[in-house]
Amino acid sequence: MTTAIEVENLQKTFTGKRVVRALDGVSFAVPEGTVFGLLGPNGSGKTTAVRILTTILRADGGSARVLGHDVWKKAALVRTLIGLAGQYAAVDENLTGRENLQMVGSLNHLPRAFVVTRAVELLDQFNLTDAGDRPLKTYSGGMRRRLDLAAALVARPTVLFLDEPTTGLDPQSRNDLWEVIEQLVGGGTTVLLTTQYLEEADRLASTLAVIDHGRVIAEGTPESMKADLGATVLEVGLTSIEDAERTGAILDTLGTHQALTTGTLVELTVDDGPQAAMSGLRALDAAGITPQSFNLREPSLDDVFLSLTGHRTEGQATDGDEGGNEDQSPRRRRRKRRIEQLEEAMPMATGEFS
Amino acid sequence: MTTTTVVAPTVSGAPHSSGVMSNLRWLVSDTLTLTRRNLLAVTRIPEALFFSTVQPIMFVLLFRYVFGGAIHTDAASYVNYLLPGIFVQTVAFGSVSTSIGLAEDLQKGIIERFRALPMSRGAVLLGRTTADLIRNVFVIVVMTVVGMLVGFRPTTGVLSYLAGVGIILLFAYALSWGFAIVGLSAPNSETAQVMSFPLIFPLTFISAAFVPLSSMPSWLQGFATYQPFSVTVSACRSLMVGPAATGTGRSTEFWVVQSLLWTFALLCVFIPLAIRRYRTRT
Repeated sequence: MTTAIEVENLQKTFTGKRVVRALDGVSFAVPEGTVFGLLGPNGSGKTTAVRILTTILRADGGSARVLGHDVWKKAALVRTLIGLAGQYAAVDENLTGRENLQMVGSLNHLPRAFVVTRAVELLDQFNLTDAGDRPLKTYSGGMRRRLDLAAALVARPTVLFLDEPTTGLDPQSRNDLWEVIEQLVGGGTTVLLTTQYLEEADRLASTLAVIDHGRVIAEGTPESMKADLGATVLEVGLTSIEDAERTGAILDTLGTHQALTTGTLVELTVDDGPQAAMSGLRALDAAGITPQSFNLREPSLDDVFLSLTGHRTEGQATDGDEGGNEDQSPRRRRRKRRIEQLEEAMPMATGEFS
Repeated sequence: MTTTTVVAPTVSGAPHSSGVMSNLRWLVSDTLTLTRRNLLAVTRIPEALFFSTVQPIMFVLLFRYVFGGAIHTDAASYVNYLLPGIFVQTVAFGSVSTSIGLAEDLQKGIIERFRALPMSRGAVLLGRTTADLIRNVFVIVVMTVVGMLVGFRPTTGVLSYLAGVGIILLFAYALSWGFAIVGLSAPNSETAQVMSFPLIFPLTFISAAFVPLSSMPSWLQGFATYQPFSVTVSACRSLMVGPAATGTGRSTEFWVVQSLLWTFALLCVFIPLAIRRYRTRT
């Protein structure tokens, strides 16, 4: 199988007010026609990797190739082969959906007749035909993301980059978008997807790399990762810290890893949820402990981190923290963007102006 | 879901074929695409439409009927004196929109998408400045009509009038490149706007645009007479209502040459700086 994306020892440091090593020797390879998930918290280097691979940003060291072409030396060629959609690759709010697609087509130097037909086809495929001639200002968050994805597909790219495609979407829109992405993959497109959601990576990607502080800390299939992790998380809330500590000690034997006690909350990853729940309740009852809450839930990125690194993802609370209102709050978006844009002061000589 | 499939184009456009001619061809075609996009935006953002039409009209009426009575001009009626000044002031203010537009595109991530497309790198700046140039043509037409309605009477003939319009458009185009630098340096569009006006205010108001130069203190007259904005106002005034209206005793040719030299010098400085800023800004 040919390799569609090849990244070796990629390095990128941003020097601004604060020096940030965004990528600290990242390597991975994505076989053609597969979906590769880059999973990590905010600021882990996912977006930087995507920006380098899509020729927007120049790496400090290492190499990055798309379909065998160096993304910097052959940037003009690479741009004809790729599509980019996601959190920052925006669409134009003042244009209609159709105008946006046609503009991207023209800028891809595709023949006019093709662009017109292709726009119709994509609007139909993404269920946007009715909204096609309305300005994007009137679109919902989910519609906008669908159009964003459609715009990335105008030129029928061989390799598609999706940077946090569903961050900030409600569950229904997220599900819709996942279905669309799954269809694409059925069509043979190679996809590199970044996400903060384990669920998303699990659903879409055939291979995963977990990235933290600019390094790949784990790689494998979602199945192998979940097998390492335990399929389910058992969460027990207690009324006192002493109870929590005792509970942690009692439950330790049931999990795939040591139980984690934070204040009055005990978390444990287990293979068989219901079985562990029954045994856990019995053991707690025998010890005379009454839990205040008792839940089984899907593991999150946070749990992956916990099991891989022994610490939680830094600088952020639970999964979805940044997500919820990304589209609604420009200030938050801007702040987030500013953080990611420490490179502003970076000299970046683009090879060819004009 | 559709069942139709469009066959992928057989690169009739050869997007990455090299050669100066083909690069130039794509630069022109991409510039036109983005010019169209930027002009469509003007028609769809109420604020942009307001700045392009209502605000200039308000300025004409304000100076004509409110301040005009208090300002004394010798050689020409105040409305004839004023209109060329208002034209230049309006396009100068309008050039701030170049900075706002670029800052907004950067902020929203549209330029990020452009950078990942196989398009001409220069088209983003060229498309923006070209759109602003075309918008200025429209603005001047609107203002000419409004000016005529309130008593503006050009005295030098159609060709001379059009030459004056040409001088204004060239000057505004040079300013657009200057404000492109501001827009590319600002963290967001609001800041771009705030950064732009302190640059444009002294130039437009310490000038020959609204009041006769002779009414200013002598230490201010030197700057007010020869700064780029003023020489352009004087050139337009000479071309539209005759050189006597400038009240300076200079000929039309003198002001036209002065204005063209300034415009050329500003373009020579601003264009390379803007391109450099665009390349380094990520």
